[in-house]
Amino acid sequence: MAVTPDLFVQGLEMFLVLALAPLLTGFVRVVKARLLRRRGPPLLQPYRDLARLMGKQVVLAENASWLFRVTPYVVFATTWVAAALIPTFATGLIFSWSADLIAIIALIASARFFQALAGLDIGTSFGGIGSSREMMIASLAEPAMIMIVFTLALIAGSTQLSTVSQIMASGVGLRVSLGLALVALILVAIAENARIPVDNPATHLELTMVHEAMVLEYSGRHLALIEFAAMVKLLLYISLIACVFVPWGIVKPGAEPLAYLVGLALYPVKLAAGGFLLALFETSMAKMRVFRVPEFLGIALMLGLLGTLLLFVSRGGL
Amino acid sequence: MSLDLHAGFLVFALLLLALAAIPLAHTRRGPSIVYALAALIAAAAAVSAFLAAAGGTPLRVQLPLGLPSTGMRLRLDALSATFAFIVNMAATITSLYAVGYGRHEPEQGRCLPFYCLFLLGMNLVLVADDAFSFLLAWEFMSLSSWALVVVRHREEENRRAGLLYLTMASFGTLALLFAFGVLAGGAGAYAFDQIRARTLEPYAATLALVLALVGTGSKSGLVPLHAWLPPAHSAAPSHVSALMSGVMTKVAVYGFIRIVFDLLGAPEWWWGMLVLSLGGVTAVLGVLYALIQHDLKRLLAYHTVENIGIIYIGLGLALAFEAHRMTWAAALAATAALFHVFNHCVFKSLLFFGAGAVQTATGERDMEHLGGLIHRMPKTAFVFLVGCVAISALPPLNGFVSEWLTFQAILLSPDLPEWGLKFTVPAVGALLALSAALAAACFVKAFGITFLGRARTPAAERAEETDRFSLAAMFAFAALCLVAGILPGFFIDALAPAVTSMVGGRMPVQTALPWLSIVPIAESRSSYNGLLLFLFITFAACVAVYVIHQFASNAVRRAPAWDCGYPDASPATQYTAASFAQPIRRVYGTVIFRARERVEMPPPGEMRAARLTVDLRDLVWDWFYAPVVVAVTFVADLLNPLQFQTIRRYLALVFIALVSLLTVIAIWP
Amino acid sequence: MRGLVFDLAHLLAGSLVLVSFIQLYQDRLTALLNVFALHAVVLALSVAWQAFIQGAPHLIVTAVIALVFKGMLVPLALHRIIVRLGIHREIETVGGIGLTMLAGMGLVALSMVVMLKVTPGADPLAREDLAFALSVVLIGLLLMVTRRNAVSQVVGFMSLENGLVLAATGAKGMPFVIEISVAFSILIAFIVIGIFLFRIRERFDTVDVSALDRFGGGTRV
Repeated sequence: MAVTPDLFVQGLEMFLVLALAPLLTGFVRVVKARLLRRRGPPLLQPYRDLARLMGKQVVLAENASWLFRVTPYVVFATTWVAAALIPTFATGLIFSWSADLIAIIALIASARFFQALAGLDIGTSFGGIGSSREMMIASLAEPAMIMIVFTLALIAGSTQLSTVSQIMASGVGLRVSLGLALVALILVAIAENARIPVDNPATHLELTMVHEAMVLEYSGRHLALIEFAAMVKLLLYISLIACVFVPWGIVKPGAEPLAYLVGLALYPVKLAAGGFLLALFETSMAKMRVFRVPEFLGIALMLGLLGTLLLFVSRGGL
Repeated sequence: MSLDLHAGFLVFALLLLALAAIPLAHTRRGPSIVYALAALIAAAAAVSAFLAAAGGTPLRVQLPLGLPSTGMRLRLDALSATFAFIVNMAATITSLYAVGYGRHEPEQGRCLPFYCLFLLGMNLVLVADDAFSFLLAWEFMSLSSWALVVVRHREEENRRAGLLYLTMASFGTLALLFAFGVLAGGAGAYAFDQIRARTLEPYAATLALVLALVGTGSKSGLVPLHAWLPPAHSAAPSHVSALMSGVMTKVAVYGFIRIVFDLLGAPEWWWGMLVLSLGGVTAVLGVLYALIQHDLKRLLAYHTVENIGIIYIGLGLALAFEAHRMTWAAALAATAALFHVFNHCVFKSLLFFGAGAVQTATGERDMEHLGGLIHRMPKTAFVFLVGCVAISALPPLNGFVSEWLTFQAILLSPDLPEWGLKFTVPAVGALLALSAALAAACFVKAFGITFLGRARTPAAERAEETDRFSLAAMFAFAALCLVAGILPGFFIDALAPAVTSMVGGRMPVQTALPWLSIVPIAESRSSYNGLLLFLFITFAACVAVYVIHQFASNAVRRAPAWDCGYPDASPATQYTAASFAQPIRRVYGTVIFRARERVEMPPPGEMRAARLTVDLRDLVWDWFYAPVVVAVTFVADLLNPLQFQTIRRYLALVFIALVSLLTVIAIWP
Repeated sequence: MRGLVFDLAHLLAGSLVLVSFIQLYQDRLTALLNVFALHAVVLALSVAWQAFIQGAPHLIVTAVIALVFKGMLVPLALHRIIVRLGIHREIETVGGIGLTMLAGMGLVALSMVVMLKVTPGADPLAREDLAFALSVVLIGLLLMVTRRNAVSQVVGFMSLENGLVLAATGAKGMPFVIEISVAFSILIAFIVIGIFLFRIRERFDTVDVSALDRFGGGTRV
């Protein structure tokens, strides 16, 4: 096995997810603004925001514990690792076998666990409201996600994302279950990334806020890391959808250098398409009351389960 | 070490210790000495069990006690040795914890001797090789643990818990008694060897399965037989709670495995479905009950119910696969279940230790009266956090690995031919995922409300860090959580002999794989490497720390909390356990607990405080137990006059009973 | 090619089940009618695709009937009705949506088991299509059972019909006559129910059918 190119690809991938994440967020913001006929912020504004936050002093609440200060690093590291394990432009990731799709979901769950704890650390009511609602949403989003994984794993015969992606690229036909899984995955991705209609990423002065309430006490470099992690998470979900449902162009290991170039060129296009659709969806929707969210995610769970059931059955039928 | 040595040593050492504990309980240093000796004995037993598990050939002994034709048979095979290792390993660390913690117990005389007897009872269940000694040991274990539950007998609540436990334990033993009766048949072949040699009629086997499920399930807390578990486990002193929740429930699981996998012979496919569905329901209901608790120990006890559900899911899958001779899949499911047995034992004991430390430091176990303990008890907080992450099935700790293995086993089930299984298994998978996600929510609540935020009472404000023995025990378990999480291959391989004795096959050898990853079936299918993931996360975090501290501002200013410009002065305005659980209670509880919320808002101008009343009903209790209680009370009232008879009437009763029994025998075909 | 052809047929049938679920989720009448229109459009697509695969031009007529009548005319008419009745803003709160969805899942599983069990010899795809059709029928019934509003019950009834049409077209076409009769029966049902609605409305000043129960037997009250 040629280790060096794989290592290179893995390193490039880790770097790429970090480099592109703020761009994607900026792009979504610009498209949303244009759809609302506003001019919107510059495309590169998220980079500037991060740089500005990095340079600022941290204002720490008097009773913040060590957990509060460690959490941004834990959240960032786990999200980054999870994103780096998703094949973006090439499947030959040297570490991809260290964690399959279930483990990637669990990594994201770890990030959320610590984030929710940090929300409770200062002992303010806003932090509490955010943590409690985030865990409520997660309690539905996570099983839905696992059901989607089941569907994919049963089609591909594997929970390894690289294998799933390759099998999906080789053509598995149009399947009802896949359609259900795609819809469910989109619903889960919207909820997990705190987008409209589940949460509003643009404000934290609204009573139904979830994610922003949880990170309310953060400032300076800590806030920068958390914001950055949120951007990486958005990129992660769009990459996940792209790598499973639009796997074309993702390079198999041992391909020509030209293929790598094509893959590298196609990846931002996929991201942009995903970001555009997200912005379109968000502008056409109104924010839900928080207790409508369980129904919204309940649908995702049902669809995931239905997809899995159909698959279990049709495999038996054929 | 040979078995007579192992068992004999345990019996004599623990009995002597229990005797010695009676006078020692009243001295100042006595309790610590007893616990230290118990730790040593348990450690020796753990080593001997480990050697026996590695040795392979089962050890047996027959003693001239017990039933006339059967005698008392003892046997230590791979399965019982594995469980004996888990039990004694946990008992060692628990005793170490008790060296520090046990000092605070006010009534040592009621606790110490029974603690030793409890350890002995659990060990004897594991080595019993005939129905008589099994039931004897089982009852011994139940009664000694009952005595421990009612140690703090002055509290009304604890006495109630004790009564309920005693009733359920007797009921469970009764079911087991019948189960062994069915297994042994009319000839009375009570030795396990004889039972193995018999082949049962299908209906008899089914009956035995159901009875075994009821008997062992009532001990391990399977829904709907779980009602006694949370009150009893939380009533006992914390080191005993750890033993009961972490270890005794596992002995019950051992009983189930012994009867169903070993003694019953080839399973029917729908047995798996039954066990699997019960496990799924137990997992979700357990965690939902846990979420609405605000008593820390009770929350942990309800979580035991959840984890037992997960273990039974694994066992049910193993049964279903075994019924179809899919040995490799059955081995995967059984390994997942056994690994979860080990993992749950480790992190649940750890969490109970933490709860005990908190209770000692503050005198409280109601989370609504705690808060901010991370500042006062940083080490306890750290290990408790490790336990919380592990039990929430988050990587890279151990809880995740066993759940991951269970998920992998679930993904193998499309190959099963039955329609019922095809539909049940993915639904149970959804339940398992739901319970894992809810567990994370539950432990955010448990840790966040207890240790984070601001102290809600003066007691929480004045808490002190716990003693060093307790800390050592907790750190030992925390280290085990990490090791089992990042090097699961060694543990899976160590479980292989037990798995082989259960389903006749084992998972592929894991420790030979490169990078110590685990691969249940094939690498293209799924693999997991906790070590690499751990290193990866550490690396990413280090990079982040380095970059931040190199290029970003390092300045920190301490200031009052911002809270969106409305800082609230009183700690009472923080989120509480009840308010944290409110969204989840509202989503799931309206159906499952009939949760109803009422807000009493005084009209404007009135100075009365508004009140929020939440009404929760335990439907399992209402539908399952309440009718039984009513019926039993009714019958008891009917029979009550029998207690006030003359001697002559009593003799007449005995006489009539004797004659009617003899008549039955006479006319029996 | 054959794979893709059947996959598409299968996908369309599956989408019909999905849209049925979306119907269950709606609690506003206008939204429910829109989803019903979508239901009919998906059905029309599915039937048209069947016409193409089976080379059965008469199925095209069925598709057109489905599209024009159920996809356009009936929803439009119902829209007008609910506006005239003044209930187009009404929200129905019958049972929990989660529970209804769960029941729907159970029905899908049930129809799968039943269909796959009773037709072991048939072509697997046809069997699954039949199972889908049965699920659509059952979910339509569920919609009728769980809703209190007469308009929703009409919608439930017609999506049930859609399921029947799906079953019929999937099974290698049915005689044209039957389709016409089905179409007419729907029309008649629609008219009857329309009149029925106005009757209830005039009589009891509500379209909540529980009003009927209250007035059902004078002696029971």
